[in-house]
Amino acid sequence: MYGGGYIPAGVEETKAQAESPELLAQFEARITRGEKIEPRDWMPAVYRKQLIRMIEQHAHSEIIGALPEGTWITRAPGFRRKLALMAKVQDEVGHAQLLYSAAETLGKKREDMLNDLINGKSKYSNVFNYPAETWADVAVIGFLIDAAAIVNQVANSKGSYGPYCRALERICYEESFHLKQGHSVFVWLATGTPMQREMLQNALNRWWEPIMHFFGPSDTMSQHTETLMRWKVKMATNDVMRQQFLNIYVPKIWDLGLSLPDPELRKDESTGQWLFTEPNWDTFFKVINGDGPCSRERLAVRKVAEERGAWVRAALRRADARYATPLA
Amino acid sequence: MPILSLDPRVNRLQVEQVPEHQPPVLVPGDHWPSYQVFHQRRRGEKHSSVGIVHAPSLEMAMAMAKEQFGRRGETSNLWVVCTADVLEMDYADEEVFRTTPSKSYRDPAGYKVNEKIDAYKAKQTP
Ligand SMILES: [Fe+2]
Ligand SMILES: [Fe+2]
Repeated sequence: MYGGGYIPAGVEETKAQAESPELLAQFEARITRGEKIEPRDWMPAVYRKQLIRMIEQHAHSEIIGALPEGTWITRAPGFRRKLALMAKVQDEVGHAQLLYSAAETLGKKREDMLNDLINGKSKYSNVFNYPAETWADVAVIGFLIDAAAIVNQVANSKGSYGPYCRALERICYEESFHLKQGHSVFVWLATGTPMQREMLQNALNRWWEPIMHFFGPSDTMSQHTETLMRWKVKMATNDVMRQQFLNIYVPKIWDLGLSLPDPELRKDESTGQWLFTEPNWDTFFKVINGDGPCSRERLAVRKVAEERGAWVRAALRRADARYATPLA
Repeated sequence: MPILSLDPRVNRLQVEQVPEHQPPVLVPGDHWPSYQVFHQRRRGEKHSSVGIVHAPSLEMAMAMAKEQFGRRGETSNLWVVCTADVLEMDYADEEVFRTTPSKSYRDPAGYKVNEKIDAYKAKQTP
């Protein structure tokens, strides 16, 4: 799963003109022809910087995303559900590994990325800063957060950077299992006892705002966004992805007789666009800046995992180890 | 005071909040070098590059590769190679190969003789 198209601001756009115009023209022509950029190709500094930032944040979202769902592994209802949840959570950690590698091909070491995660310098998807209070939260996360992630990841898999696209292709394949198993838990609860339905409805109500936050605020088509879209770093605007998500998944929720906590939510049949109440974006920015209900816990757990595993890694480390940037 | 979590596993860890100015937890090299992984789906098929793992040795790289690239679908065999041991061609040399597909003298399609045969046959029959 992943935290959407929202890339917090912070990369100042270095003027493309500062680059060699000839190399830049070749680079842009390659992208226009639909060719992929590979790790040791020439690329504009801002392209590299923005990709590292984006892929790294994606990787962090995967590894932190394993925590809210992991909350329920020990108490999953039944062996089959437990196996499925363990497999899913393991996939998410595997996704982080694939993505850290893709980012590493651009020149940032995995250790530096993890340090930046722990010290709060680098962000991850907001949704993982919320608690999974009940088993029904696992259903909502597995079904709807993974669904939203798929919308985003399928778009990004058609981007211009080869290693990121290849990682995403494999990730999307695994995500479809996540979505299916999440949907299965969701349907089981929705068609279960009144108590199970109520538990699911409550979880939906809690998660609706974070889900609406998932793709980030409405994009203003800044010069910056335009360049990133031309370079196929950003593949679709936040609004386009949010609309896609609502269009597929809201009907599936309503079909089961469940409701969503937004009286304005409906499809405008004349435009095909979904109308909704804007979620509270102040909350969104507050959570991004480390003030979500579980933000502190997430980072603390990550830090402890690295710290308490350090002696094992050090014991296995060899003095003659030779580092090379991953090939792809 | 340890953080109170909904996750019993986290409570057992007794984790403390990350301090405001957290110095780097990881040092360079902490996560070991990388190994390129090649995966063969079934006997008889070729091994293909599927990605990398970080590991302290070839043997550990193999263990990681089994977990990361063999946990779903079919797997018949895996190879791991230390990334530092791979020599990669410079992408700039792509140019050298640009005319290769048009070298018809290396291609079966470059040798069409049917017209000649037909013409010859036509000449033979009175
Ligand atoms: Fe997922
Ligand atoms: Fe994932």
